[in-house]
Order: sequence, then structure tokens, then C-alpha cells
Amino acid sequence: MSHQGLIAETVSFRGYNGDQGEAYYARPTRSGTFPGVVVIHHLPGWDEWITEVVRKFAHHGYAVISPHFYFREGPGTPDDVGARVRATGGVPDAQIMGDVAGSIAYLRAQKNANGKVGAIGFCSGGRHCYLAACTVPGIDAAVDCWGGNVIVDDPKALNAKRPVAPIELSEKLACPLLGIFGNDDENPTADQVNRTEAKLKQLKKNYEFHRYDGAGHAFFNTSRPAYRAEQAADGWNKVFAFFKKHLAG
Amino acid sequence: MCSYIVEKARLTGSAKGPNGWMKIDTANVYFDHPYHAPLDHALGIDFVCEADGARERVAVEISRESALALIEKIQAALASGEAAHATPSIVGTTSDVASVF
Repeated sequence: MSHQGLIAETVSFRGYNGDQGEAYYARPTRSGTFPGVVVIHHLPGWDEWITEVVRKFAHHGYAVISPHFYFREGPGTPDDVGARVRATGGVPDAQIMGDVAGSIAYLRAQKNANGKVGAIGFCSGGRHCYLAACTVPGIDAAVDCWGGNVIVDDPKALNAKRPVAPIELSEKLACPLLGIFGNDDENPTADQVNRTEAKLKQLKKNYEFHRYDGAGHAFFNTSRPAYRAEQAADGWNKVFAFFKKHLAG
Repeated sequence: MCSYIVEKARLTGSAKGPNGWMKIDTANVYFDHPYHAPLDHALGIDFVCEADGARERVAVEISRESALALIEKIQAALASGEAAHATPSIVGTTSDVASVF
């Protein structure tokens, strides 16, 4: 069987406060309905690798959106806009949650929607995904890939933009959660991952965590030395199995 | 990890970017995931002019080892440069110098 076609484009969506921004959106070209996925980028910004992730999901039969969480800081290239955001300490969690909610609404409004929407985030986006799974309605399955600062051991890491450690909101987790982690990661550490799992277990939440030896932070990212082919291949299989289980129409 | 940590150095000078020379007054310095460099973490410096809104930047992303080597070379260049500029280019008495002209 040949590969299925896909189309990827930049679209407009309404996010937090009704603000209109840009997002990268990809979907299979064949007719039918598809599960939706929101892809949450990391702090440095809306980079090329995240567009590759979007197309990867579309290749596997999903309708996928990656909102540019920094669109309000434009105009400019995503890297320059990301640098401006970094210089001002990031954007508020509440704003990102609003943009995730807007992205879910975008996916659900498409004719190709099968009615299910998942979310996945990487690094700080993993933290945002955990936060979204606990606070944003309409997520049917969430994947936290090595989200740092889900547990906050240093209170100085909390501020007006990031006022609450996501772990404190775990009781509100309303969908199945998949966690993918490298045992050599420094944020989150293996101990922090264990403590997060203990919390989810205590709360009897629906979750599954997978930990990989010989891998650290961002080991899916093919553009970095941290990439670990074997562990990443297995991790992606876990992600697709998880979404297939929870997002099939 | 994504750290959100940024050190700000106040500067006096100029930088040249895609749109030509611009005044700069700040360097935003961080050590985190780079945007472009094929490194897990990089020392990033964004030279900007905050007084003008910091809409443009001149950016570098370099390895930790490169950053440490650069610090040494900046210090070495400053030290040798200051020494050189402190040395008169024409050595001699006032009358010797006057005789040159």
C-alpha cells in the first residue's frame, strides 16, 4: 500500500481572549474523519521540528494543529519572536491554556473531525500539556513528553506567569495521560517522575509512564545530539498506540 | 530543559544585522535549548536595543566550550588592546617629537 497523502498549511485560529493567531495545521488528504491532536511547542518557539511532528501525526491519520503561542509578539520570524518572549520571561500559563482551548475548538469545527481530540507537548510544552489535561475541557487523551517543572521544588520558579505547579492540579486530570521520559534527564529528574507517578497513582488516575535508559531530555528530537533512535522509535510507538486506543472514532 | 532564565547585560555600542547597523543597549544571555545550533544546550546571546523596543536582534548560539573560550579571548583582547593603546606610537622627548614635524 502506498503512503497516504497529506496537506500542511498555516491557518488562522482564535485563542485566548478571542485573539486571532496563526497555527500550523496538517491533515490527511483522503476523505473521511480523523482524530484531532494539538501539538504544544517548547519555550524556544515554533520551530521546524515541531512542524515535522505535525506532519508525522498527519501521516499517521490525524488532523493536527500546532498553534504559535507567541503570535501576539509578532511580526517577525518565529525564532526572533521566541527570543522576545524569552527576554520577557515567557507567556502566562493562562494565555497558553486559552490558546490550547481555541486549537481544540478549531479541530472540532472541521468537517473531518471524528469528535476526539488529544494533546501532546514537549519539554515546557509537556508541562503545558499536563496543565491543559488538568484544566482545559475537551481533551480526550494527553501526552507529556519530558515536561520539566511539573513538580516545582524551588518556589522561586513560581511567579505571576506560572503561578501554580501543575502537580498541584492533578486531582483535576480528566483524561488518560501518557508520560514519556528519559532516565538521564535533569528536568524532570527520575525522582520527580517517580513523585509525579506516585501522585497519579494515589489519585487513581488513568495514566501510563514509560522511562528510557540511555536517554535524557528531548530524545525524540532528530536535530539534536540528544536524539536516541532506538528509544525514540519505541516512544513514538507508545504515543501512537495510546492515541489509537483513546482517540479512535 | 526550558529554563526561562535570562541574564541581561547593559551595553553601549552597535551591532550589524540583516537590516544594517543598529544601536544596542542590552545583551540577553541564556543557556538553554537553541533554536538553530545542533546542540542540546547552547549559550545564546541576543544583542538588542530595548530603548527602541527590541524588535530586531543580532543573535548567536554557541556551545558551552565555545562560550568559555570566547570569554577568555575577550579578556585577552581587552588586556592587550588596552596595553597597546596606552603606549605612545612615537617614543622620545618632546623635542624629538617636535623635530619629526
